[in-house]
Amino acid sequence: MVEWTDFERQTIADIFGKIDYETVGAAALSRCLIVYPWTQRYFGNFGNLYNASAIKINPMIAKHGTTIVHGLDRAWKNLDNIKEAYTELSILHSETIHVDPDNFRLFSDCLTITLAAQMGAEFNADVQAVVQKFLTVVVNALGKQYH
Amino acid sequence: MSLTDRDKATVRSFWAKVAGNTEAVGTNALSRMLTVYPQTKTYFAHWKDLGPKSVNVRKHGKTVVDGIGEAVMKIDDLQKGLLTLSELHAFKLRVDPTNFKILNHCILVVLAITFPAEFTPEAHVAVDKFLAALALALSDKYR
Repeated sequence: MVEWTDFERQTIADIFGKIDYETVGAAALSRCLIVYPWTQRYFGNFGNLYNASAIKINPMIAKHGTTIVHGLDRAWKNLDNIKEAYTELSILHSETIHVDPDNFRLFSDCLTITLAAQMGAEFNADVQAVVQKFLTVVVNALGKQYH
Repeated sequence: MSLTDRDKATVRSFWAKVAGNTEAVGTNALSRMLTVYPQTKTYFAHWKDLGPKSVNVRKHGKTVVDGIGEAVMKIDDLQKGLLTLSELHAFKLRVDPTNFKILNHCILVVLAITFPAEFTPEAHVAVDKFLAALALALSDKYR
């Protein structure tokens, strides 16, 4: 089980308490599809992904980005039980969607950069360390049911 | 994942914004890396102070980001342009090349914070590709 300090718990709660899921989700996912274009392989049915401009205004991508960031809710609301909380989603990504788990890391990096741009100087080294740890734990949990 | 002409143009124009700010960007990236990825501190055991105000961190942050600026000018042949630096990292410093990726990520975070409007996904992909190519050139002489 992962140990979390009070600072880490507080920082995570603060961030998720104040971000606009729609803005952050859309920005993070579209950034991921642009910066790591091979991730587009999972979005064949999502309409026009022809270039960066198209991706940025694609409403299906924006909506899905929001869904993904909400997928983090079960982590920050269950910090002491993340592995179990993600069993269902891990099976989904492995058995149904067949996502290479390295993509979770790529998305996490884009989410980190999106949060940094949103939060500015507030996203200092200590906050980044918390976010990095949190996302690493979630990424591991999402990969747990792959076999 | 080689750099297209468009990538190079994007990097040159984006990096021009960094040019006046190398100590701030470098210090931020380096000190951030030392906090977020504590295993990187093993290369700096000889510095007493590893915080963002440390004279050593500030000087070295500037050195690293100035080095990247030099690489931007040699973007058409990074392997040749970074030969000496590669030898330094390979034979003297012996920094495990995994750490180049780690520092690159921290640099991207600092760019996002410092230039939230300009660090668009398009700029991000070009700079990420460039930093990856730079890391490859820097590790060229390792073995």
